[in-house]
Amino acid sequence: MKFRLIQKFVAFCIALIACTGSVMAGGGAANKEAFNAKDVILHHVLDAHEIHFMTLGEGTENETHVSLPLPIILYSKERGLDFFLSSKFHGDQKAFVSHHDEEAEEQNGHELEVVPAYNGYAMVHEHIYFVDENNHVTDAQPLDLSITKTVLGVFITMFLLVFVMFKVASAYKKSGVAAPKGLQNFIEVIIVFIRDEVARPSIGKGYEKFMPFLLTVFFFILIANFLGLIPFIGGFNVTGNISVALVLAVATFIVTITSAKKDYWMHLFWTPGVPVWLKLPLPLMFVIELVGVLSKPVVLCLRLFANITAGHIIILSFVSLIFIFGEKFGVGAGYGVSVLSVFFAIFMNVMEVLVAFLQAFVFTLLSAIYFGQAVEEHAHDDHAHAEHH
Amino acid sequence: MSIAEIMMGLENQGLAAIGAGIAVIGAGLGIGTIGKSAMESIARQPEAGGDIRSNMIVAAALVEGAAFFGIIVCLLVALG
Repeated sequence: MKFRLIQKFVAFCIALIACTGSVMAGGGAANKEAFNAKDVILHHVLDAHEIHFMTLGEGTENETHVSLPLPIILYSKERGLDFFLSSKFHGDQKAFVSHHDEEAEEQNGHELEVVPAYNGYAMVHEHIYFVDENNHVTDAQPLDLSITKTVLGVFITMFLLVFVMFKVASAYKKSGVAAPKGLQNFIEVIIVFIRDEVARPSIGKGYEKFMPFLLTVFFFILIANFLGLIPFIGGFNVTGNISVALVLAVATFIVTITSAKKDYWMHLFWTPGVPVWLKLPLPLMFVIELVGVLSKPVVLCLRLFANITAGHIIILSFVSLIFIFGEKFGVGAGYGVSVLSVFFAIFMNVMEVLVAFLQAFVFTLLSAIYFGQAVEEHAHDDHAHAEHH
Repeated sequence: MSIAEIMMGLENQGLAAIGAGIAVIGAGLGIGTIGKSAMESIARQPEAGGDIRSNMIVAAALVEGAAFFGIIVCLLVALG
């Protein structure tokens, strides 16, 4: 009985990872262009204006991209608001880019690179620029407010979060203090964990007003991290986008600043227990404390962004190994390496699940610690005694 | 592009790769030290295992954050 289960599990894993690999380079024995690992990995990790699921028949003449176009919303003073679907960029209009760097000139000769264009806009590497009358791409950009893949990922995370939490909240309203069951049971375990292990020890008295923020941030990062791990749906990289991570860190920063008590500002501007010559005439302590205050949100953002992006890049690199080996040493080597790559990719995916939990937990814990530092009031006797000495 | 310029460009990327490797050595040493002292403490006092585990994870995340600073800088250099 157990052996049957193990057999099925192994078969499922191999099928899953083999499909993940095929999504990346879309089958076909005769690929005209070499497999450029760097481009493929960067394309999967960066944002895009459409969701690209797979490419059927890559390298042949009837190469079709299976992708979901997303709305592009552009605003500029000259042309106002423009709203169209990103599939328009796959039409016949093209524009020309002149190269600013020598490396591209070296590759393409002195011809101009051709990029897709539509209605006076051109898309170069997922950035939208204006096109002038000679059909050349200018350096001017409209304000790009499009719903890109990352924005869609944020929306999906939001919907899931709101949906789950409203269900749980209504279950509490109906059942009151009865024993929870189902989804409510599961979410309650996590909420109680955040309250007892993260909020209460770090913030102490008055932790209740920070609980909504901490829970929101925890579940948002957790769901967004999980969304990035699901294969086949287009490869979302929500928290691995530095803007998203920065917004979360800035939110923590704003809550810290707005809930900071007098002691916090005293420590920043006039650090107690420190000799006066470090504060006047040159405010050295202030500079040091200011760096401390500003570096905390920056580090929060970078930690989340780097962990998640690095995890995605590692998984993609393992799967790319299959194709690199297959090209360099023949198809047999590709199949041979794929056994190792599949195992490593499964291992990395499981590790990334752990990292997803861990990063959400660490972000929440550090936010709680910063809130605790902002609202703590300690006795000043010890500082006063130190100054008397 | 002359040979010298090609070599300069590759040198940048090669150095960036070495830098990333050194950053990872730092992370490995740091987190290994944290793990070592955590295991010794749990061996001394198994009842405190839960507390020690949480603090170990926090410290490991902070050390990893520092390592990622270095890795991101090297990545930026390596990718242009």
